[in-house]
Amino acid sequence: MLRGPGETDIALTVNGASVTVRAAPRRTLLDTLRETLALTGTKKVCDEGTCGACTILVDGRPVYSCMTLAVACEGKAVETIEGISKDGELHPVQRAFIDADAFQCGFCTPGQIMSIVALLRENAAPTEDDVRRAVAGNLCRCGAYPNIVKAGVSAGKRKS
Amino acid sequence: MNAFSYARPRALAEALRMLRNGAIALAGGTDLVGLMKDGLARPASLVDLTGIEGLRGWSHGKGRGLRIGALTPLVELETSDALAKTMPILRESLRDAATVQLRTMGTVGGNLLQRNRCWYFRDEGTVCWLKGGSRCFAIDGENRYHAIIGAQECVIVSPSDLVPALLAYDAEIALTSSRGTRQMKLADLFVAPHGRERREHALRPGELITEVRVPEAALARRGTYLKAMDRKAWSFALVSVAAAAKIERGVARDVRLIMGGVAPVPWRVSAAEKALEGTTLDDAACADAADRVLAGATPLRDNGYKVTLARELVRRALRSLVA
Repeated sequence: MLRGPGETDIALTVNGASVTVRAAPRRTLLDTLRETLALTGTKKVCDEGTCGACTILVDGRPVYSCMTLAVACEGKAVETIEGISKDGELHPVQRAFIDADAFQCGFCTPGQIMSIVALLRENAAPTEDDVRRAVAGNLCRCGAYPNIVKAGVSAGKRKS
Repeated sequence: MNAFSYARPRALAEALRMLRNGAIALAGGTDLVGLMKDGLARPASLVDLTGIEGLRGWSHGKGRGLRIGALTPLVELETSDALAKTMPILRESLRDAATVQLRTMGTVGGNLLQRNRCWYFRDEGTVCWLKGGSRCFAIDGENRYHAIIGAQECVIVSPSDLVPALLAYDAEIALTSSRGTRQMKLADLFVAPHGRERREHALRPGELITEVRVPEAALARRGTYLKAMDRKAWSFALVSVAAAAKIERGVARDVRLIMGGVAPVPWRVSAAEKALEGTTLDDAACADAADRVLAGATPLRDNGYKVTLARELVRRALRSLVA
């Protein structure tokens, strides 16, 4: 079925809820999340796949939402920073970031956290090197990397 | 980004029909979406290939060699322990390619077809030679990342990490279009832009890469991939080297030596490989191979360092095969 170039209905799951959004095929998933669904926890910084601030999960895997077309996510499960806490309880990775003081300005934090959430699903007890590799695609201009790595390792211990 | 129509067919035949009618193929989008955002690609319609059954995953049948579907995400090649036993160089080459997110999105076929990273090419407002202009701005401009060898009118470099690794194992590719199928050496996919050939790939209009094939005999080789970067992560190769050989009683046979980041195409000099045949890959043989593979190098104003880097990377890669 050919869609567009005008707006089209796109059915997907966002943080566990089925939603249908209207967007043109050229609309990125990032803009759809932020502007159509008002999920502004996912940050728009470089908008060209070179910073990682827009990292979210699609079918459980970390991707850059700025380089993903919303229309290509039809039928897929999208998870954002807004969806990871449960019943008012912070996700273990969020808790670990607070405990390790793993952010300064905080703008890259949602992306960093989503990258580590994805890592922990594949590897419940990551080493420092595993965490470093997992967040190598998330720039932090404040330079909070040492504590981000600490948070990732301790979140693994917390979970397991 | 310009407006376009979009379809995600399940059947290969439907995708080929759309390609024949001028649609542009979308896989992981990590390169194409960037080109579209920068106005360097303005497709009227996109055909998303990721819904097509049967082009994803890999298999290794004894005697049949290794087959990798073109739509396989790079991360699947990187994380498979079974594949790391069959062809360890794949994981080695992918571990430092881009980032987890980009390797999750990016596919094998898309990686082979990614466009170059020259900043003049990537700048929307610059009509460089490759984009139909009259001159290459890098030749007399900022050229720290550009070619030191093998370039003609355009000094781009081959950017892929996966490609040199596959070439060191004599990979071939299967292609299909609405007119039929063909197979070719992966090496023949790459074109150094020159004359009227203002492009990097020899894909025909409407054609799709469906599979990468590595012959069984090549899988007996030892291989290694080394990559020099400006920083420790998330960087294209300044220079990379894939080396492979069959080591019999300490002596190298079927030597392959392919370099990325130095020329508009993956750089291979058969005289360098032949000179290494039957040697123990000792330092003298490695230095001789580096001389041969870089013979005729003509660095530009800012990239002379690549010659030094390339020589040492060649030595280390070859030495590691007998370590």
